Amino acid sequence: MKEKAKILDSEAVGRTLKRIAHEIIEHNKGTKDLVIVGVRTRGAYLAERLAGLIGEIGGTTPPVGILDITLYRDDLSSIAQQPVVHKTEIDFDIEDKRVILVDDVLYTGRTVRAALDEIIDFGRPQFIQLAVLVDRGHRELPIRADYVGKNIPTSTKETVEVRLAESEGVDEVVVLEKA
Amino acid sequence: MKILIRQGRVVDPANGIDEVRDVLVDNGVVADSGRQITKDADTVIDAAGKIVIPGIIDMHVHLREPGREDKETVATGTRAALAGGVTTVLAMPNTDPAMDGVENVRRLSDIVGKTAVARVLVSGAMTLGRAGREPVAAKDLKRAGVVALTDDGSSVDDPEVMKAVLQAAKEAKLLVICHCEDRGISGRGVVNLGYMSTRLGLQGIPRQAEVKRVERDIELAGMTGCPIHIAHVSCRESVDLIWRAKEKGMRITAETAPHYFSLTEEALASDHAPHTENEKEIEFDRAEFGVVGLETELAVAITELIEKHVLGWPQVVERLCVGPARVLGYGRGHLKAGAPADIAVVDPAAAWEVTKNGFVSKSRNSAFLGRTLKGRVTHTILDGEVVFARQ
Amino acid sequence: MKTKSVWTRKDLLGLEPLTREELELLLATAESFKEVIGRTVKKVPALRGKTIVNLFYEPSTRTRVSFEIAAKRLSADVINIATESSSVRKGETLIDTGRNIEALKVDLIVVRHNCSGAAAMLARHLRASVINAGDGWHEHPTQALLDMFTLKEKLGRLEGIRVSIVGDIAHSRVARSNIWGLTKMGAHVTVCAPPLLVPPGIERMGVHVTSSIEEALDGADAINVLRMQFERDTGEAFPKQLEYFKTYGITVERLKKAKENLLVMHPGPINRGIEMASDVADGVNSVILEQVTNGIAVRMAVLFLVAQANEPEKKSEKKNGTKR
Repeated sequence: MKEKAKILDSEAVGRTLKRIAHEIIEHNKGTKDLVIVGVRTRGAYLAERLAGLIGEIGGTTPPVGILDITLYRDDLSSIAQQPVVHKTEIDFDIEDKRVILVDDVLYTGRTVRAALDEIIDFGRPQFIQLAVLVDRGHRELPIRADYVGKNIPTSTKETVEVRLAESEGVDEVVVLEKA
Repeated sequence: MKILIRQGRVVDPANGIDEVRDVLVDNGVVADSGRQITKDADTVIDAAGKIVIPGIIDMHVHLREPGREDKETVATGTRAALAGGVTTVLAMPNTDPAMDGVENVRRLSDIVGKTAVARVLVSGAMTLGRAGREPVAAKDLKRAGVVALTDDGSSVDDPEVMKAVLQAAKEAKLLVICHCEDRGISGRGVVNLGYMSTRLGLQGIPRQAEVKRVERDIELAGMTGCPIHIAHVSCRESVDLIWRAKEKGMRITAETAPHYFSLTEEALASDHAPHTENEKEIEFDRAEFGVVGLETELAVAITELIEKHVLGWPQVVERLCVGPARVLGYGRGHLKAGAPADIAVVDPAAAWEVTKNGFVSKSRNSAFLGRTLKGRVTHTILDGEVVFARQ
Repeated sequence: MKTKSVWTRKDLLGLEPLTREELELLLATAESFKEVIGRTVKKVPALRGKTIVNLFYEPSTRTRVSFEIAAKRLSADVINIATESSSVRKGETLIDTGRNIEALKVDLIVVRHNCSGAAAMLARHLRASVINAGDGWHEHPTQALLDMFTLKEKLGRLEGIRVSIVGDIAHSRVARSNIWGLTKMGAHVTVCAPPLLVPPGIERMGVHVTSSIEEALDGADAINVLRMQFERDTGEAFPKQLEYFKTYGITVERLKKAKENLLVMHPGPINRGIEMASDVADGVNSVILEQVTNGIAVRMAVLFLVAQANEPEKKSEKKNGTKR
């Protein structure tokens, strides 16, 4: 895989997240009943950041939950890509809450589908809205994001990689191409 | 039919020979052997780089006929023997019906006469129906052609009965071959008691099951003055007991099988024990004991003993040919001029994998499946005729 | 938890062949599943559409029910075959039974059998996954795994802890599996049994051997008390029940000489008054019920990993790479 282009640098990522936080508060007319749920691993980091930003802007920091969707995938993946099952941590009641589901990249939509099923197994939220840092197209299910950081049209030969300070030491979004 | 075996390493320890020679076979016997034989022959076998030995005498083979022809028959068993360089086998009597009477022995001899392709010596059971209670009529069996008595498959538990058997065998001048296992000790065990049985969680058979019975049989042999031969010795303590008895001048001989080698016996016998797949491919506790061995015993001896420098060729041939012949009082096992030409030509370097489909025997329950062994018989000659040649 | 290892075995036949990494992966996965069984909706769709058969040749309620619950929480379908009422009675061999079950397009078989090696033999002949729920005296891997999970949860680690296993070691598959698992994870294991019930060569499995219950309790972090079987008939000498309790029974008095927070474990079902006193079974040191709960999480992890490993590679994934 070689790096083809850098779409967002560290500053841009920060600005984008701030903008999404604003949009969430504006769209929902405040922070009442908001909970932020991030999909492991990077979605979870982004969820934490968004919750913090929403707290700075709106005054109250919404609770954050972390979702591991491995057990809800629509396929038992082959050995080559066997993901390790980590814990899901939702320490609050989902019932009647306004859930902001957060992930780093929206692609086929299957991850989001799994996340929706899992959240609903925890209870019946008021609604679920989806916030993603990158939308790269090629949906295989009828799923769309409510808040998008950046739209990046890609080909299936490319990969979009989101790197975050918490995991890779730097904030950036790059497009990689199969060599 | 003249056969010339050229330039093989002839190993004939009975006559003190271990060197490269030509061997000429004519009219069923070894006609001549020397550094260079220039006479003409109908068949020439190029044995350069190969070993030429007397045909192997295997004194512990279960041919399973009559009774379990699904596992093996005299025909298939003797064919398997030839493929392994074995020209004479001593057939075990635990057939169905057992070889406990003249009629049954004659029946087997009949079958042998009609279907055997190698030489088959017949042994008789020790007791009627192998029940361990009434000794057989030893003299009658000897007259019917039996060369030894054995309880193989299960030892005679009653010492009084065993004593009577030894007495009768001595008078009839029959060799007694003892299967030493005290079932009171071995019980429902399925494998040797020790670390392995612990690790696998299987019921173990203490060594004492063999040792105690060896002790008893040696004692009874001493009391009756009857020579005995201990079959498939598998542990050190038994070997020590046997050595001590020998030192006292007793006529005790012993054999072991390739699947448990130890080094002080006169004979290596295969304990060729064919079993059907159904009887082996089941839960360990329920599986029948035993493995086939006719086609692998020489190769195992080569791989485990000769290649590993534990024994040399002369010593191996001693145990495969000379020793058994001596124990059985059988006049073969050597290549002196004038002797019946039972010969095996062996390629000692040929490496081959033991596979299920490679067996001539009807059964394939080999302890060596999947292993690569060294040494393969290329030709087997019986009474001066080539009866087996590997393609 | 950054476990990098991958589970590739289609069967779980025992702990002896596993590496330390595989054991760690199993325990880590079980931890995630423990969270699942704490939810209100205790179900995940991971094994939806898979069929799991419990093939039990030996009577068992707790292990079988534990596997059944684990399977159902993974959304799998479960069939129970109790051999008293089946074709086995009519003399069908184990392999034939296995093949017939496989022909019904079953994905996983959980088997318990009274012959050591039965599970391995079945696994060799079937494409379906085989999980050993106890074979003769040989292994009972999921029991040992849940024991280890409980220990790790309570003590924070397995490396360096001191565990004593007490009871009929010679005939115990629970003991053997625990020994393999614990020693691979760096724990110190002591086995304690009446001399006749210590199998030969067991020290070679890496354990210390004693016939003194006091020695076994002294300094131990946990004691795993095995059930004393009285329904076996192998013709060997068994100590009488009361005598056993007197010499080896875990009592409150004996616990006084042990560590204060010693963990008392038992695979169940307990013979109260034989291998341990009632007040110990119900006392503060006992983690017996937690073992049972952890058993579900552990079995879910095992079923999940084994099913994943037996899944044929899909063509679509090869084309697109990671799916999001």
